[in-house]
Amino acid sequence: MVSGGEAVLFWCVAPLMVLAALGLVFARKAVHATLCVVFVMICLAVLYVAQEAPFLGIVQVVVYTGAVMMLFLFVIMLVGVDASDSLVETIKGQRLAGWLFGLGLGAVLVGVITRVAFPEGVGLAAANAETNPVGLARILFSDFVFDLEVVGILLVTAALAALTLTHKARLTPRVGQKEMADARVLGGKSLVPLPAPGVYAQRNAMDVPALDPHGQPIEASVSRVLRVRGQERGAPLENELPILTELKQSTQTPTGPVRPAVERLVEPQAEPPVEPLVEPQAPLPAQEQSPRTTEEER
Amino acid sequence: MVDFSNDTFWTYLVKAVLILVFLLTSVLLAIWFERKVVARMQVRPGPNVHGPFGLLQSLADAMKLLLKEDITVKAADKFVYLIAPMIAVFCSLLTFAVIPLGPQVRIPFTDITTPAQLTDFPVAVLYILACASVGVYGIILGGWASGSTYPLLGAVRSTAQVISYELAMGLSLVSVFIVVGSMSTGEIVAGQTDYWLILPLFPAFLIYVISMIGETNRLPFDLPEAEGELVSGYMTEYSSMKFAWFFLAEYINMINVSAVATTLFLGGWRAPWPISSINDGMFNEGWWPIAWFLVKMWMFMFLFVWVRGTVLRLRYDQFMRFGWKVLIPFALGWIVCVSIIRGLREFHDVNLQTVGVVIFAVAIVVIVVLRFIPEKAPAGAAGAAGAAGSDEAFDAFAAGYPVPPLPGQKLPPSPRAERRARAAIGAGAPGTPSSTDTSTTGKDDDE
Repeated sequence: MVSGGEAVLFWCVAPLMVLAALGLVFARKAVHATLCVVFVMICLAVLYVAQEAPFLGIVQVVVYTGAVMMLFLFVIMLVGVDASDSLVETIKGQRLAGWLFGLGLGAVLVGVITRVAFPEGVGLAAANAETNPVGLARILFSDFVFDLEVVGILLVTAALAALTLTHKARLTPRVGQKEMADARVLGGKSLVPLPAPGVYAQRNAMDVPALDPHGQPIEASVSRVLRVRGQERGAPLENELPILTELKQSTQTPTGPVRPAVERLVEPQAEPPVEPLVEPQAPLPAQEQSPRTTEEER
Repeated sequence: MVDFSNDTFWTYLVKAVLILVFLLTSVLLAIWFERKVVARMQVRPGPNVHGPFGLLQSLADAMKLLLKEDITVKAADKFVYLIAPMIAVFCSLLTFAVIPLGPQVRIPFTDITTPAQLTDFPVAVLYILACASVGVYGIILGGWASGSTYPLLGAVRSTAQVISYELAMGLSLVSVFIVVGSMSTGEIVAGQTDYWLILPLFPAFLIYVISMIGETNRLPFDLPEAEGELVSGYMTEYSSMKFAWFFLAEYINMINVSAVATTLFLGGWRAPWPISSINDGMFNEGWWPIAWFLVKMWMFMFLFVWVRGTVLRLRYDQFMRFGWKVLIPFALGWIVCVSIIRGLREFHDVNLQTVGVVIFAVAIVVIVVLRFIPEKAPAGAAGAAGAAGSDEAFDAFAAGYPVPPLPGQKLPPSPRAERRARAAIGAGAPGTPSSTDTSTTGKDDDE
């Protein structure tokens, strides 16, 4: 009955599937459990295809692995199910009703399945005579078209129910891009991004305010966090400037690395003594090369 | 179906290896191609240092990525972090197994003829969709396993995006299945002997092209790795070879969807019309069709680059609204139309011409009716129009900032214009400036 290749495939895939199924039960993290389910589903699809049911196998991957499990993963990643759920009944008698309905369904299924008499099988060759999907379509859309419609209606109802349950009425008007832009104009604040720190000053350090065209420091250019903490440094004073230009010239002489000397020289003069918190490690940071260049290369 | 009866284990192996080599070299070429074309569109030379025309640039980049330090972030879930890029690459490599690159070809120096296609089966196109949907696991798991915020956001965006655009893509493919009557790629190409499916199924082709760009996370739909918002999305925490694998998967996916579009809508390996009739279909046999296939596939690659160089990234809510409220309903409606026409032709003896005339008539009626439906004016414009009706002068500085007038509003006459007019009259009295003006223009005309 079973060819050699199929047997080998089965005995390779089946133990892996069992392992993955055990992983579902024993995995600590919800995402790992989900991954195990995905693996079992794909192996199942492989077995379906090996048993000459390619349509079932592929649809299994497209629908269950590709869409349903993906949504599961989506929710698990977003919500995180590590927190234990509350076991308090919110609807009275819900658990009892659940048990009753479950048992009833079980009884119906057992009753139907034990009484059913299957017709004699026609064999794969006859069933897949016009390729597997066509054969399947002929059965589904002729003998079982009513059942198919019923299942479709059930699914649509469930989707509608989910939409209705999660829908909430909007209490406040929607704030879109336009409304936010209008509010910004009416608020009278700056319409453009704030100036970057130090751009018009002599340095580009984070804690030195930028200078406007009149040479006045722009407070808003330094991060609010630094200002609140009192870690902001003053703009360079007029009398420092000649020193700075002098130093700049000395760095350009090709006598080797003078940068540490510059830092040592600039440090005590450029820094007003009012900021005890600051521990500037690189007062002249020349961060020209970002460590990640791959994006630019694309 | 395509005839695979001559194929042995060795032909399968050779074909599989050839496809792998083809994909990897195509990626190197595609990166160079994209950078070069985008550069030309932005009026700069692009890579031109390494090798002729900078062709070896992407090889150098690949070597650099291989040799870079491989960083595994501390917060990462080690195992998932490692397998995520592998999933992405392996799934992207699977698609080409069912793409027909050409008809039966004779392997050089042997007598073996074999189809230029690794395999084909009745649900080949569904298999392509399945590979794509499993490939998304690479992205989403990579984002989650990095243990960082931006990658997680990128992964979540990517899931939502791929699920919604895969729906539209699947629906656009359904009309191809209905017309051809098969899901096997070989038969779909065989069904395009007389005409390519892009002609009767142009709306489905449009939907496919839009959703294929969404599916591969390319601009303008590259929200999972939006640089301005999410650093680089799901691959932010990846470096070295693992990053290179994501990179590879993205480009192979581009090649995949281009190849699928070629196969389903542009006749696959079939030569374009005037060429196909030369010498009794000489160019549709042997090794020639592979060239046609590659030309068509690279046309789609060019489209990708062209779109990237032209269109800006969408906002996320606009993007999702476009997918769910425009593309999917449109695709559903299109499937209903195709099914009705197909059913009419199948079960009733309706002439194709009658069907065409009826479609034409219905289209004309719809267009005429749409003409008469008044365009819904947005609320803001209506308000502005009302304001313009009143004689109140428009104050550009009402909100503190100068704003341009809305349609219907009119700026008060500029005080400067009045001054300028007065100055012109004052200066015009001696007559010198105007006379020099005319004289210079006259001279120009003479020359």
